[in-house]
Amino acid sequence: MSFNDKIADKVKEIPRSGIRDFFELVLGRDDVISLGVGEPDFSSPWHIREAAIYSLEKGETSYTSNLGMEKLRKAISASVQKQFNVNYDYRSEVLVTVGVSEALDLACRALLNPGDEVIYHEPCYVSYDPSISLAYGCPVSVPTRSENNFEVRAEEIEKKISPKSKILILNFPTNPTGAVMKQKELQDIADLCISKDLIVITDEIYSELVYEDDYNHVSISSLPEMKSRSILLHGFSKAYAMTGFRLGYSCAPAEITEAMMKIHQYSMLCAPITSQVAAIEALENGSKAVEKMRQDYRSRRDYMVSQFNDMGLPCHMPGGAFYAFPDIRGSGLSSKKFATDLLDTESVAAVPGDAFGVSGEGFLRCCYATDINLIKSAMKGFKRFVDSLK
Amino acid sequence: MDRLIQLLKENGRHSVEELSSELGIGADQIEKIISDLIDSGAILGFTAITDPSKIDDSDTVSALIEVKLTPERGGGFDRLARRIAKFDEVESCMLMSGGYDLCVVISGSSLHNVATFVAEKLSTLEGVVSTATHFQLKKYKSNGFLAELDGSGERLPVSP
Repeated sequence: MSFNDKIADKVKEIPRSGIRDFFELVLGRDDVISLGVGEPDFSSPWHIREAAIYSLEKGETSYTSNLGMEKLRKAISASVQKQFNVNYDYRSEVLVTVGVSEALDLACRALLNPGDEVIYHEPCYVSYDPSISLAYGCPVSVPTRSENNFEVRAEEIEKKISPKSKILILNFPTNPTGAVMKQKELQDIADLCISKDLIVITDEIYSELVYEDDYNHVSISSLPEMKSRSILLHGFSKAYAMTGFRLGYSCAPAEITEAMMKIHQYSMLCAPITSQVAAIEALENGSKAVEKMRQDYRSRRDYMVSQFNDMGLPCHMPGGAFYAFPDIRGSGLSSKKFATDLLDTESVAAVPGDAFGVSGEGFLRCCYATDINLIKSAMKGFKRFVDSLK
Repeated sequence: MDRLIQLLKENGRHSVEELSSELGIGADQIEKIISDLIDSGAILGFTAITDPSKIDDSDTVSALIEVKLTPERGGGFDRLARRIAKFDEVESCMLMSGGYDLCVVISGSSLHNVATFVAEKLSTLEGVVSTATHFQLKKYKSNGFLAELDGSGERLPVSP
């Protein structure tokens, strides 16, 4: 029996993820040094795992409030206040979700009517475009360029605004480019959102992982008049190395939170209680571990980026996240061809940039949340491969 | 300086070049800071932290000895503690609060050697009141390093 005519048109329209194609190439090979992951190489700090174990031992295995445990929401509200300087009421403006991915899906479904346009900067995380489409919205991408360190400018966003534009998605630091935004440029975007009545979804998942001493990460939701039109998404996966716990949250005005909650309560009911308990421990006692990981990432970043530049693959210095995004256009190869040949000849895996949108073509995403000795071996492989092309 | 010491405590094999690029300080200066730290006794030495069960000299035995001392007028425990610490068999020697005075960790090539050391060298010292020897059975963590690596085997090779 063929199911082709049974699968929903909307789902059929969505192309396969470029990441998944590449994943299948790498799968089954155990000799590969992978820079292709999107997660830390650290396990979650032990005290966080231990809190989860203890919670299970105590028999905490029930549903929680749909919004999430009150203690966690209070801790999130305090943490967001401290980190971003925005005050959200834990009773009505904080929703605990299964990762930022669910929160993004909820936000799109809660706000979009068919045909509403959502603007986002590209290259970007792979799920923005399909999440918008699955919510019957129209994705509109704004390309960013290496010359601007992949920052996005208000005037470039403005060119894409139409009467149907409803939402702008921002993600700084950015997966896959590591781009960060300075407050002045962010203020220009905030002014644009206010004048064009756009709602902003700001994905702050990498916000703890910024590396320059003189850089202070600012969330657009903290700028004047922006809280009321912002949905701040954040989670525990990256900074606390808790990807498998699948825990995120959204902070948004009460009416939007209520609308997202309506979907969440029927589709997800609540985030897993064990993960919520672990998240409380992370917020209460995890900052030291985050700082330690951040310092490790910074030295790995510095090493990897200098290696790429030395071997003739121009690479901007990413201000945040844990990805280097070297420019491979000088090789004359496409991203896909470069990545596949690199995998075949040197057993080093890096994700072709076009997996993150067409403007990622000509680049590769290389994760430096990887053991330094593996990075060193991978860089040797890269260099041999690049030299062989000369 | 704190960060340099932290990096060396995590991995004593960091090369001067690595430390230099990590800290943004010239290699010559790093070399000088480290040799000053060694000269002043702030850094006592560099060593490999091993898991004895995976090394061929698995006959080596290690023991923790609780030692009670009679303190001396003027010097307290210092003179005797320093004297005990000087034996080659002694790996570490610490003055403790609580039920005994010195915690002495020793290792020897056999049970017999350790027993001989305790019976003939340690407990016969004037001022040593009593000893209680505990043999080490298995090492789970040493100097901050887990003997069995934390599981991270299930990481997908490529993920978004």
